[in-house]
Amino acid sequence: MDDATRERIQTLVDTHPVLLFMKGNRLFPRCGFSATVVEVLKRSGVDFEVIDVLTDPEIRQGIKEFTNWPTIPQLYVQGKFVGGCDIVRDLYENGELDEVLAPVKNG
Amino acid sequence: MVEAHLVEARLRAHIPDVTHLEVKDLTGTKDHYEAVIVSPAFEGKSRVDQQRLVFTALGELMDGPIHALTFKTYTPERWAALAG
Repeated sequence: MDDATRERIQTLVDTHPVLLFMKGNRLFPRCGFSATVVEVLKRSGVDFEVIDVLTDPEIRQGIKEFTNWPTIPQLYVQGKFVGGCDIVRDLYENGELDEVLAPVKNG
Repeated sequence: MVEAHLVEARLRAHIPDVTHLEVKDLTGTKDHYEAVIVSPAFEGKSRVDQQRLVFTALGELMDGPIHALTFKTYTPERWAALAG
């Protein structure tokens, strides 16, 4: 991954408190795992930003290297990698996602 | 695509002391897999580190042959408690 892509990703994760790298967008997720994370985030009532990696090949490949994580979706909260679909769903089902999202929850 | 038994062999070879392993081809196309992996190696690790251990074990299989993978990791104690 070139430096420009690395910087772009760094800026994105530093800028958006809750950021989901996914396939598709929040209205039209293009993969089941991405759709699951979008649904969980919606239910958690937190504002979140989405990056559709299908429209950005550099980020699609770069995020895997950046995170050292081979799959999409990837959820970042306050610049820190939280996990992919399995982990986000596990956190949600165990009532632990709210804790992770607490610092960025509005109101 | 990759055969299920190769996924199993890779996991057993690279994750120490696997006590229970399930690998299921979700779609019959040998590229969408679901797995359950039980090993003491997950002890004391965060969820992310547990899953990274699995991704590292699968290596290049995650860069094409396997399109989608969903899996759960347990220590033997947690697995026994679930089964109990």
